[in-house]
Amino acid sequence: MITKEEVGHVAHLARLHFSEEEQDKFTSQLNDILTYIDKLNQVDTAGIPPTTHAISLNNAFREDVVKESIGRDLALTNAPDEKGSCFRVPKVIE
Amino acid sequence: MEYEPVIGLEVHAQLLTETKIFCSCSTKFGAAPNSHTCPICLGMPGVLPVMNRKVVEYTIKMALATHCRINGENSFARKNYFYPDLPKGYQISQYAYPLAEDGYVDVETNGEKKRIGITRIHMEEDAGKLVHDENSPSSYVNLNRAGVPLIEIVSEPDMRNTEEAADYLRRLHEILVYLEICDGNMEEGSFRCDANISLRPKGEDKFGTRAELKNMNSFRNVQRALEYEIKRQQYILESGGEVVQETRLWDDSQGVTHSMRGKEEAHDYRYFPDPDLIPIVISGEWIEKVRETLPELPLAKRERFVREYDIPPYDAGVLTASRNLADYYEETVRLCGRPKIASNWVMGDVLGHLNEEKREIKDCTVRPPALAEMIKLIEDGTISGKIAKEVFEDMYKSGRSPKEIIEEKGLVQITDEDTLQKAIEEVLEASPSQVEQYKGGKDKLFGYFVGQVMKATRGKANPKLVNELLKKMLAD
Repeated sequence: MITKEEVGHVAHLARLHFSEEEQDKFTSQLNDILTYIDKLNQVDTAGIPPTTHAISLNNAFREDVVKESIGRDLALTNAPDEKGSCFRVPKVIE
Repeated sequence: MEYEPVIGLEVHAQLLTETKIFCSCSTKFGAAPNSHTCPICLGMPGVLPVMNRKVVEYTIKMALATHCRINGENSFARKNYFYPDLPKGYQISQYAYPLAEDGYVDVETNGEKKRIGITRIHMEEDAGKLVHDENSPSSYVNLNRAGVPLIEIVSEPDMRNTEEAADYLRRLHEILVYLEICDGNMEEGSFRCDANISLRPKGEDKFGTRAELKNMNSFRNVQRALEYEIKRQQYILESGGEVVQETRLWDDSQGVTHSMRGKEEAHDYRYFPDPDLIPIVISGEWIEKVRETLPELPLAKRERFVREYDIPPYDAGVLTASRNLADYYEETVRLCGRPKIASNWVMGDVLGHLNEEKREIKDCTVRPPALAEMIKLIEDGTISGKIAKEVFEDMYKSGRSPKEIIEEKGLVQITDEDTLQKAIEEVLEASPSQVEQYKGGKDKLFGYFVGQVMKATRGKANPKLVNELLKKMLAD
């Protein structure tokens, strides 16, 4: 079971803001989903190595060869704000 | 109460590949901001990262050099957090299945050998670079570094004092540079170190609460930050307080650490397997192929130098500090056949000049053939050791061969007895009172006569012969 506090915490980590009503709704919906998914726990997986991917493909590599980048102008096209070829953001100080 | 520090280190090493880890943008340092970017490293939606094979090979190299177990199957995960230097909102890293685990590095601190465990080595992408504006409430983001390949090397909490920590770091740095997979430049951030440190009462098994230290950009600062932190935590514990688990930033100018932020929430990274990247499977055959490319590592080289050249461990340590220096020394020995004398010259005059000018051995104007030739000229008595210093100076400045310098300056050692005898006679004749005092028992004056003879011959007299002849002639 997931609690309303956990939903609030995850939302905060994702920088999402929800009303009380929305949080109640999502808590209930998420619990439905989790209950459904929980059926998987009934499968006996003893002796089966954990899977990280659903497709049976490994080792897709590229060689270490430089290709042209897209250039600063294009890189900054979608930037809400820029200065001196950099993305400009509200000041962050640790 | 006596406290014991417990130290573990996390090192991030930038790999020397041409391209980034998941895209074909250049990794070259110092390009114009955001010029080495593409939709993949900019974090555009819908793009597909593809793994750079060389990153895997380099990481296998490091794993082998540090005696790690290589996981036949390893994979990438997303580490989720928000920061402006991280365009995707997550960093692609390895979490549950790192490439390598359970290795070690042997260190020697104050003559004592110790094995420092390595917990894991994993691959990940670097973040971008932030510059903060001092005059406006803005920060500027440059994503050239975003996606540059890193390996993170996590040690066991095996170190018990700051010297051990510094030694472990030096050994790790040396191995990375020997393997030629990292340039090791700490100031440019190619080799970065975070430290975890806690104190516990001596004899206690349980670890105390730790602080994580960041922002140390030199070996010295790592040691200074750890020393400061030991004092800080000791003060807290002794006054009955509790150490708070947190990240602290080292402030170089003030020589202190500052609290950065509480770690609880910051650590909620919600890792999950990255669906864009499929698992990496490393066969035994691949591992063996990489193993064949491993160079002789610093520790093995050091032991071989002591064994093969019969030089002190200290000399071997200095001469193997870099692969280029070790090669330079070995080439000189091969050409002159005098390991100990070669070691003295390389450690003394060669490194002395280079260090003074902050230059590298590869830029040294005196190459091994010239140095070997000069050593041979000393050995066969053509020049004295003292004159050799002068010859070396000239070689270093002009890049000329020792023979050329000796001939031009007329520096060949005088070993002809008649010539020396004549020079000594002249010196004795010119110093009658000193001769009298010497004969009256003032033995110390012998050195004076030697000095005068050397001066008269402009340092070219064979000192051994001068000594013998002087003794004989003063006894008459």
